[in-house]
Amino acid sequence: MTAPFYVSPEQLMKDRADYARKGIARGRSVAVVKYADGVLFVAENPSRGLHKISEIYDRIGFAAVGRYNEFENLRIAGVRLADMRGYSYDRKDVTGRGLANAYAQTLGSIFSSGGEKPFEVELFVAELGEDPADDQIYRLTYDGSVADVETCGVMGGSSDKTEPELTNAYTAGLDLASAIRIAATSLGADIEPKRTISAADLEVAVLDRNRTQPRKFRRISAADVAAALA
Amino acid sequence: MRLDGAFLSVGSSSFVDFLATHDPTLLPSAKVPEGAAIETTHGTTIVAATFDGGVVMAGDRRATMGNVIAQRDIQKVFPADEFSCVGIAGTAGIAVEITRLFQVELEHYEKIERTVLSTDGKANRLAALIRANLGMAMQGLAVVPLFAAFDPSSGVGRIFAFDVTGNKNEERSFHSVGSGSTFARGSLKKLYRHDMTEAEAVTAVIQALYDAADDDTATGGPDLARRIFPLVSVITSEGYRAYTPAETESIANVVVAARMSQPNGPAAPLT
Repeated sequence: MTAPFYVSPEQLMKDRADYARKGIARGRSVAVVKYADGVLFVAENPSRGLHKISEIYDRIGFAAVGRYNEFENLRIAGVRLADMRGYSYDRKDVTGRGLANAYAQTLGSIFSSGGEKPFEVELFVAELGEDPADDQIYRLTYDGSVADVETCGVMGGSSDKTEPELTNAYTAGLDLASAIRIAATSLGADIEPKRTISAADLEVAVLDRNRTQPRKFRRISAADVAAALA
Repeated sequence: MRLDGAFLSVGSSSFVDFLATHDPTLLPSAKVPEGAAIETTHGTTIVAATFDGGVVMAGDRRATMGNVIAQRDIQKVFPADEFSCVGIAGTAGIAVEITRLFQVELEHYEKIERTVLSTDGKANRLAALIRANLGMAMQGLAVVPLFAAFDPSSGVGRIFAFDVTGNKNEERSFHSVGSGSTFARGSLKKLYRHDMTEAEAVTAVIQALYDAADDDTATGGPDLARRIFPLVSVITSEGYRAYTPAETESIANVVVAARMSQPNGPAAPLT
């Protein structure tokens, strides 16, 4: 009888983390930026049909990188959770924090359970507050950890290069066009020499405080993105 | 909480289907009561009419419980989404819950599929929700909605009526449901023209509600003392818009003033 190989828990977790990180780094990046009227999401995504940025609820937006089927699954779960909460309590009782917590629990338990492979995804969950100071952005990683994003952030792809680029370019109170511009420029900084990503290859959406409707999520058309980049 | 089971399962884009697997107790149809019929709050008359480029829906503000006026300012016309609205007659508590569920159903589909349902698709979903309430309808707790939508693909306003079994029936020009509907429909029959403008159609539905209130005790007319007027909503290519109380009041004032000299309202030509 042969003894099973001993693998230390540290090594096991490290292997799982490496696996997830490699998967996430293979894709393109998504940037999130707080601007004057709300929160901006910009993703490099040539596909018109397969989205990386989505509406979850009235004031909650979602952006993801990594494996499409996994984050799509999480997106739908988030919409179901939000709609169920809003239906059984009230629309005001659906919060970004609650959603981020549910995602964290889900990703965390999948990551540490031996039975399932870890999800190769990272998510941004953003919630528009009443005032700009109340806007919240959460970054969730494959292992279920949650971090607050203060002003702007990038995940996926070569975010080690693109995120510092965005952070350096960021200033408080940006208008929408400038915010789109710095996000698009920083997403192109993943290789040397820097690339220029065309408007057609960008997926752009905002949570816009100035919208009069209760649902604040709005996609920005390719033409408007092109105008902002010009 | 961890999202698992029904949340992560590959399912349909329907919120109702999701609730049915995850938590069926939240569905209005899960609560069929036993025992004899009880007295509940009833919403009364809803009217709708199409006009050139859209559709208008209006409801009186009265809710009754037996012979008592339960509420003088109830809201019975609700937006369902950007291009459709629902007016409800029947048991108020269940009607409001079904409307809320219908609103979530449309928004849920839109978010999951990233496209809106067709107008017929929306009407069919509402029919299914009404049919699911059949058990309660047989206990005397019936809900009869009227559904109006602007169809962006054809550019016209459309009206759908339902019975308690969810039988869907598209009305071409105008329709009414609720206790005063017989009188409102008779009134609209004489006032309706196919080439009406929005303002004319709104005046016509307010006339129809006045006639319903004139002959049906459960329908409330314009309450001049409390300044409570019918709720009017229009849907055009610009989307859903509810008239402000001030807008409705000015139209209702004209209608009421004319009735002072002609209590039966405008007369249609004999031939």
